[in-house]
Amino acid sequence: MISPSMIPRHLVIAIGAMVLVVLFMGIYGWHMRGRASELPPALADTRPVAAPVAGPTEQVTLYVAYDNPGILRPQSARIPLPSGRQQRAEELLRALVNVYLDNSSPHPLPRGAEVRNVYLVPPDLAVVDTDSAFADGHRSGILEEELTVASLVETLAANTSGITRVKILVDGKERDTLAGHADLTTFYDVDAVKKLIEQMQSGQR
Amino acid sequence: MHWNRSLLAVVLVLLVSNAPSADEKRISIYSTAANYSLPLIERNGGDYVGLLEILDPLGSVSARNDGPHWKIRYNNIEGEFTSGKSRMRIRGKDSDLPANFLLERGRGLVPVSSLSTLLPRFLGGPVTFHESARRLFVGSVATQFSAELSKTNPPRLIMNFTSPVNPTIATEPGKLRMVFIREPLLPPGAQTLNFADQTISSATFAENNGTADITVVGDASLMATFSNDGRTITIAPAPQRPAPPAAPPPSVAVQSAPPPMPPPAVSTPPVIAPPNANTNHQAPYLVVLDASHGGDERGAALTDKLAEKDVTLAITRRLKQELENRGVSVLMLRDADATLSLDQRAALANNSRPAIFVTLHASSQGNGVRLYTALIPAGGENRGNFLDWDTAQSSFLPASQNALALVANELQKKQIAVRTMSAPLRPLNNISAPALALEVAPSDKDIAQLLLPDYQQTIAGAVASGVAALRDKTAQAGTQR
Repeated sequence: MISPSMIPRHLVIAIGAMVLVVLFMGIYGWHMRGRASELPPALADTRPVAAPVAGPTEQVTLYVAYDNPGILRPQSARIPLPSGRQQRAEELLRALVNVYLDNSSPHPLPRGAEVRNVYLVPPDLAVVDTDSAFADGHRSGILEEELTVASLVETLAANTSGITRVKILVDGKERDTLAGHADLTTFYDVDAVKKLIEQMQSGQR
Repeated sequence: MHWNRSLLAVVLVLLVSNAPSADEKRISIYSTAANYSLPLIERNGGDYVGLLEILDPLGSVSARNDGPHWKIRYNNIEGEFTSGKSRMRIRGKDSDLPANFLLERGRGLVPVSSLSTLLPRFLGGPVTFHESARRLFVGSVATQFSAELSKTNPPRLIMNFTSPVNPTIATEPGKLRMVFIREPLLPPGAQTLNFADQTISSATFAENNGTADITVVGDASLMATFSNDGRTITIAPAPQRPAPPAAPPPSVAVQSAPPPMPPPAVSTPPVIAPPNANTNHQAPYLVVLDASHGGDERGAALTDKLAEKDVTLAITRRLKQELENRGVSVLMLRDADATLSLDQRAALANNSRPAIFVTLHASSQGNGVRLYTALIPAGGENRGNFLDWDTAQSSFLPASQNALALVANELQKKQIAVRTMSAPLRPLNNISAPALALEVAPSDKDIAQLLLPDYQQTIAGAVASGVAALRDKTAQAGTQR
């Protein structure tokens, strides 16, 4: 049996100091935890980690939108493309969207914008499924929205043979408009979009 | 508590599964907390309603049954009923229902005729029950209205309501009926108001099966427009059918086709103006103006505080004035901060049979005015008298492009930068008349310019001149024919 009087004085002081430190750290930790919960969560980068694409690089033509002066410009790019027709179409549009996600983009798209899937439906239909970030964060305006739509449709049609109609979905579902203006309820006629692009290039002012 | 939730879930499932039909008996309850409608159940030759459903939207309510006994707690007030008995106890006091209480699968049903005495005991305040019409008012919640006939030419009946209303409107030649389901509408004294006018002769209030309705009678086809945030409804004779456009579509049959109707999946538009059958009169040149967006749909955020819907409404009002100054009749689809779907806008426009449809948008990008005609989507086939909803504009596209050229010309005369192209913009493709969209941007980079009266007026004046030029061209083509 050890009586308290047998514990050396310096040991009592050291234990007391350690208890005080533990208490202080506990209170400090509790305080910091409370503050952390009040802080807004850091903006998560929802962009998916792209799976490596197998296959040789190929030259494709991307129709890139320029807000100023409001036209599409064809732009050559070399991107790795898989062999499957549908996968090629997906990679093609992902490459296009990556152009728009760049900080120096001439037609910025919101962070997290993504083409989830492209479905090629025989004989002539392509269905482009975008994610909700693509539409929810898209700038609202007739010209801004139609530039995006025309860019997707023309890039797809120019590099994938046999497509005459394109339907755009958001998160796998039909939506009324892209961001309040461009109609997403109907099927885009590739020829009509080509004429629209010609009108844009002619820059009638 | 858990089985209380289960009971409520059962009740909700029952409510959802009982979709209302035209013949279904219903009761409407109006209160400051909520306005709602419930189906009635016929038992033993009388009408019954679930007491839990009646009280649920009004406060905190729970119920449980113990054999034949059913106990309900509303806020802090307890009531006890016994299945097959008329005796009840509320706040510790016994009294009798006019018919027996029923308990069905844990759901307590009370006779509808008991509500005027039963509910005040739970709610602690007065209720007014129009039993024959099955409309129950909790406290002072009534919406009143006044109706005044404006002796303009043609006359207009202006109805002002003390709260916003959103009735379902049905028309037939010489009659317009507005049905108010959610609104605690009460008549302004007399049930029938006579106006001593042939065009709009009377307005009659009636209530039945949980709804109120106002029927306006006249000698012409009538149509209603909303303003003042839904507090004002103006009823006027429907505009006459206009003369054919300057650049007629290739097929006369298509041009004289009835307006296409929206696909069945969309909700019924709140206002259904009748197709105008009277083509004997000299038709005025009618322009339908659509201030895009509105209500919940703000459009583009031009700045942190400036929404596209407000700019479009301001410019549309100026354009209306400018057109009327040039002797052009105008119908504005919205003259207030109201929500209208794209299908509703197209249906309203098509039913008015306009000479031209103009929708206005605003943007912070670019400069000047961008003018658009419809980018016709793939598919769709217009066969004879039937126009496909999505491609109804196809036959009118040449006329739309003709109108676009005239408006662009007038804007350029005012030194306003103009760009013309097509756009996948609804409802342009649904319109069975020449149709244009304007997207107004500031002339320089200053967004505030969109709000400047001078800038708005210059654009409105130029567009109105373009439309007037189209009208003159149309009239000229008509006389030469």
